Amino acid sequence: MSKTHRPCGVYMAEGGIVAAALAPHPPHLVYAENPEQNEPTSEGGWEQLRWGYERLRNSLKDVEYDVIVILSPHWQTYVGTHFLGVEHFKSLSVDPIFPNLFRFHYDMNVDVELAKAIHDMAKEDGMSVKMMENPDFRVDYGTIVSCHMVRPQWDKPVVAISSNRSRHYYSVEVMQEMMMQLGESTRKAIEASGKRALVIASNSLSHRHFTTETAVPEDMSKEHITSHAMHLWDMRMIEMMRSGKAREVLDMMPEFVEQSIAEADGGALTWMLSALEVPETPAILHGYGTIIGTGNAIMEWKCGEGAGESGD
Amino acid sequence: MRSWNGNVVKGQVRAVTESGVIKSIVVPAHPHPYLVPEQNEGWGRLRAAFDSAREEIENSDADLLIIYSTLWPSIIGHQIQADPNPEWIFVDHDFHDVGSIPYSFDIDSKFAEAWDEANKKRGLQSRTVAYHGFPIDGGSVVALKLLNPDNRIPAVICSSNIYSNRSETTVLAKACLDALKEQGRKAVAVVVMSLSNRMFTEPIDASDDKIHSLKDDEWNNKILEFLGDGRLEDVAQLSRNIHSQIRVQKVVSFKPMWWLSGMNGQHNNFTGRVLAYEALHGAGGGVVILDPSGDGVGDKEYDEDDVEFYQGDRSVLDSVMAETIAEEEVQIESEESSEDIETSLLMALAKEQQSEHGPELWEPTEGDGQHSTEKAPKPVGPYPHARKVGDLLYLSGVGPRQADSNDIPGGPIKDEEGETLDYDIEAQTKACIENVKTILETSGSSLDNVLDVTSFLIDMDRDFKGYNKVYGEYFAEIGATRTTLAVRALPTPIAVELKVIAKA
Repeated sequence: MSKTHRPCGVYMAEGGIVAAALAPHPPHLVYAENPEQNEPTSEGGWEQLRWGYERLRNSLKDVEYDVIVILSPHWQTYVGTHFLGVEHFKSLSVDPIFPNLFRFHYDMNVDVELAKAIHDMAKEDGMSVKMMENPDFRVDYGTIVSCHMVRPQWDKPVVAISSNRSRHYYSVEVMQEMMMQLGESTRKAIEASGKRALVIASNSLSHRHFTTETAVPEDMSKEHITSHAMHLWDMRMIEMMRSGKAREVLDMMPEFVEQSIAEADGGALTWMLSALEVPETPAILHGYGTIIGTGNAIMEWKCGEGAGESGD
Repeated sequence: MRSWNGNVVKGQVRAVTESGVIKSIVVPAHPHPYLVPEQNEGWGRLRAAFDSAREEIENSDADLLIIYSTLWPSIIGHQIQADPNPEWIFVDHDFHDVGSIPYSFDIDSKFAEAWDEANKKRGLQSRTVAYHGFPIDGGSVVALKLLNPDNRIPAVICSSNIYSNRSETTVLAKACLDALKEQGRKAVAVVVMSLSNRMFTEPIDASDDKIHSLKDDEWNNKILEFLGDGRLEDVAQLSRNIHSQIRVQKVVSFKPMWWLSGMNGQHNNFTGRVLAYEALHGAGGGVVILDPSGDGVGDKEYDEDDVEFYQGDRSVLDSVMAETIAEEEVQIESEESSEDIETSLLMALAKEQQSEHGPELWEPTEGDGQHSTEKAPKPVGPYPHARKVGDLLYLSGVGPRQADSNDIPGGPIKDEEGETLDYDIEAQTKACIENVKTILETSGSSLDNVLDVTSFLIDMDRDFKGYNKVYGEYFAEIGATRTTLAVRALPTPIAVELKVIAKA
């Protein structure tokens, strides 16, 4: 059913942001998928989220895009925002927190041209930015997990953007201002490039972990949200996004971050919503679930002709 | 019934010499002193300080380097690196343009396993990690490259749990001491951390580096003044204040001083030396060496209870952890008969945990003619409760402590600060004689068979009357010979002790 909404982004036949997604990155999801690239194997688990990712992938099948542009909170930088600036990475990513679950052999291409274009645009807009050009650099697992779950074929080049942790020095409000600017710079650079981009915010919602792990990590009988308050916050944010109330999401962000220890403090969600010009388009909820107690939602914003379709 | 914990200070100080930590070092986490010391004079001075610390380690008889790094966060409890030879190339997330650091370290995986086991025995969630390609954190990489460049001695690295509080971090240190003691190791403890950790958010020329703010600089200098005076425990107790004043949240808070103080017995008796203090892109970086010393400025000042076992909110999933802890306790109980000295110490720790205080307790010795019972208080040294020779039964000195709780009926004679307390000599004497009676009866004898009693009082003037009254209630009809002596002190904070010889 189509509704009348202001579409996210400025859809251009020549290029622009063609879709966007909130795509959380707990390594448990890759672990549960048992892809050949990951060393550990599992009996499954977290199916509601993994099936959510499946729905997202199906929804994106008819969306033509040239590049994935992603911001991950697990590449944390304090001296500005950084961009991967090496064309190809092939290495092993081991999660330092869950090494028992995630030891992933990745092989990814980077769209350095677009990365540099966003870098330059952000710099022109007054931001502190830097290209990461060290070939020994290991790509963060947040970027890898979200990219794999969205596009397991690994056939699209990636623009990976670091999470500027200014929030820790200043406040969530300052983070918001910076990420709003970065989102705008990102959008302008993508549009100017003529490329069609899928934009991904790689973060969960509420982010209070359990501090114990069951003997079988994928034992779903032990999986649930850490507290009722976290559940309420997650549902509140999801409902606003489902209703096309991105502006309210941004207004609520400081309180949300403080009260739910939200990973959105890394700026990814704000950046993405800004890149989409604070859409009134209802987001499609493809799945919600918890991972070691944290709240995770998989949501999609369609842009251009498909905008406004409600998929949930 | 009052409790006693007056011997804790003594016990903690003693731990310094027995723990196996022979030196402690604080170092910064940034890669600049390793990769580009020539770009800034301060970074060069930090490098020189690293080199001096390395020389001190090389000139010591340390056989283990223990790293606690704030740059390795963990969520599921505590992780200990156990890959015997981790190899990779480290590149900093922020300062990737200053270069790469290839590394190949020699990790003591057996010690890592021992520490992990000790963690679990003390109620911590813990695991070792040994995976090819595991990303050793930058702080540990820099510390090991500069302090132990040729892998001269093996190392072990521990994560910093983002949710752990002071008690949990302290227990983590005590578990490490357990492992050190078990293996008879001499270790250098290294914490990797910034002082103030606020960096400039814009790129700067290396030559322009300075501490981010005057306020940060002042706090850093205060911390270093304390450490220079050897006041490690004082800094540990200020950790929360320091964190709120000059630390931005980042991943983990200012926990290293909790761990380092725990590793050293939580006191201020150190010779401290600040080898360098410089800015690292605005953050404060210091190289500090702390050597145990008996002439420091003072002992621990308590602002909260000490802790031996972790019993925090780990049971958030279900009752698994509670069951695990219970199993550990059962395991300890079942090991009592093994006569293993470490098990005895664990039992002693468990007993301390039960009563929250008390001296180190021992399992009674066993041997020909020796007799002991769980119904009497644990010894405070290597001896049995009683020993039979011929037709006679000789009892060790028996005080009023209770077998199950270690509590003292009538109250202890002093508190943990050494301040004198009012106590009930009659209650203490009665408990004393009841313990004697228990030992005799479980040895096959009885109070009626007592031949000779030697009594020790710590205050003859104050206590003789009350002691004598209760003594009479038990012994008036028995007619044992008796000698009563005044002594300056007894090993535990009690006022009376009896030494008995009886017919077997």
